[in-house]
Amino acid sequence: MNLAAKDIQHNFGRFALTALGIGMLLMIVMGMGGIYRGLIEDATLLVDRIGADLWIVQRDTRGPFAEISRVPRSLVYRALAVPGVESAREFLFHTIQRQHHGKPLRMSVLGLSWPLDKGEWLPLVAGRPLAQNHFEMVADTSLGLRLGEQIALGKDLFTIVGITTGMVSSGGDGMAFVTVWDAQAIQFDMPGEAIRLERAARERRSQTQDVFLSQPALGEQLARPTAELPGITAPQLSAVVVQVAHAADSARVAAVMAAWDDISVFTRSGQEDLLVQGMVDKARRQLGMFRVLLTAIATIVMALILYTLTLDKLHSIALLKLIGAPNRVILGLILQQALVLGSVGYGIAYVVGQQLFPRFPRRVVLTNPDLVQLAVIVLVISVLASLVGIWKALRVEPNEALMG
Amino acid sequence: MSERLAIETRSLKKVYGSGNTEIVAMHDATLTVRRGEVIALLGPSGAGKSTFLTAVGLINPPTSGQIAIGNVPVLDGPRPLVNLRRFRRQHIGYVFQKSNLIPFLNARENVQVALELNGAPPRAARRRALDLLAELGVADRADHGTSMLSGGQQQRVAIARALANQPSVILADEPTAALDSHRGRQVMELFQRVAHQHGAGVIVVTHDHRTLDVFDTIYEMEDGVIRRMAPLSTVLSTR
Repeated sequence: MNLAAKDIQHNFGRFALTALGIGMLLMIVMGMGGIYRGLIEDATLLVDRIGADLWIVQRDTRGPFAEISRVPRSLVYRALAVPGVESAREFLFHTIQRQHHGKPLRMSVLGLSWPLDKGEWLPLVAGRPLAQNHFEMVADTSLGLRLGEQIALGKDLFTIVGITTGMVSSGGDGMAFVTVWDAQAIQFDMPGEAIRLERAARERRSQTQDVFLSQPALGEQLARPTAELPGITAPQLSAVVVQVAHAADSARVAAVMAAWDDISVFTRSGQEDLLVQGMVDKARRQLGMFRVLLTAIATIVMALILYTLTLDKLHSIALLKLIGAPNRVILGLILQQALVLGSVGYGIAYVVGQQLFPRFPRRVVLTNPDLVQLAVIVLVISVLASLVGIWKALRVEPNEALMG
Repeated sequence: MSERLAIETRSLKKVYGSGNTEIVAMHDATLTVRRGEVIALLGPSGAGKSTFLTAVGLINPPTSGQIAIGNVPVLDGPRPLVNLRRFRRQHIGYVFQKSNLIPFLNARENVQVALELNGAPPRAARRRALDLLAELGVADRADHGTSMLSGGQQQRVAIARALANQPSVILADEPTAALDSHRGRQVMELFQRVAHQHGAGVIVVTHDHRTLDVFDTIYEMEDGVIRRMAPLSTVLSTR
């Protein structure tokens, strides 16, 4: 006869409520681990999907995700000239927050290197990749934009032509994919008044500086659009992504580029390390601390509940001792209840988590190794939590059964 | 130790506390109970009856004296001569005034658990538990929770459990206190029947003088000392 099962059956309501409470706590612990995994996956998702072998960024920066990086467009052609490079593409990445339908809409804009890259690699769930080099956008489903919907960014109106899933930045913002030209237009968009003021300032400078006074034609040039001025650099890229030929050695190609004084080169794993160690590490430690705290709280709560359940059974335990039950029977009664409580709580955590986690604003990724790890932790804390109850039960004297 | 004895105690003494707070609860308590004999232990509150019963029941060892059960020496003063818990499980049955049963088990399981603890296989234990409940007239309540049983039914289940492992000794502490006189008498007669049928020595601590005719021998305990009483007719006439 399994005394633990009989006691649980007798106190089913209380046991079920307790298991539910433990389950909710464990679900939070499980969710914390899932959020951390989600952070890692989100952080490295883009790097993995783009699949570049090398990332060329501004010298001494950890760009383009961990910090801002600026490189000239011409870097693409320099990269292509290196032996072993199969392809080199422009890469532009920035995050914006705009009002859309009266609500703030935060998105990470990624510029695709049109026409080499039209976004065929994107995980589309609806629509198509980009088909023209302006005013089309592929948006992630997390942005809440619909296929065919139009959104105003800068001075342009973009039409959503494709919807992706799971494409979020390391900050958890949904991603929008446009051509590099459009991405630059969005990034460097200036209001008309600002442009007029800038022109007026140039004109004013031309009236006070000798070089313009001696060469009036130079002053007339200043009235032209900024993009047409040879003295002002063109909008820059965040990085250049490089694909190395199969037969070539990535390390050798990287070594050639690393000798250039204006850039830094990272391999794909180097870029992932930057993202994980730089951007996610604090969040990981923060979540880790919360997990430890919550696990400790779950242990304490379980211990208290098991202790209370044991106190309620002290007379029965004394009676069992009186009729000769060995200590292992008493120990088994409490330990089995602890393990059942932990196991049922874990099951509840998993089932409820499976329903709730997909509704969270950021991805919660439950991996099998994490689930197994938590299961082992739950077993350990169940045993630890039962120790106080076992200690109390083993101290009960059989003659306490006579006290009524 | 004598032949065919269920219980033999010699010069039991129990002292609680020490120095100024010392209380002698039991003094020179000597008693023998034969197999199949049912004895009553009378006495006022605080006389030491429960102390004696718990000492014989091996749950509150005496300060000095010897106890043998079924001719096996089990205690020499506080020193156990056997594994007390195992010995209790195999040789002693207990019935008390109230709270006799484990509340999370039903009537049958309360009996069955005693059998399983003694190593009986679950199926055989279940069968014997049902047989015992039937013998005690509560077979129809076998699957009822303890809270669904009347006081008399609970006592019958407790007696069934006490009998489960065919003990040499049954100890009962005021088993009829919570029952009306009719039920009380039924329970006492049950003790008499099972003692004679199963050959167990039974000690019943009681205040219920209406049922004294059921007992083979009557002892009285006062100020920690046990003495055999006069014949039953004399006892009853003086009460």
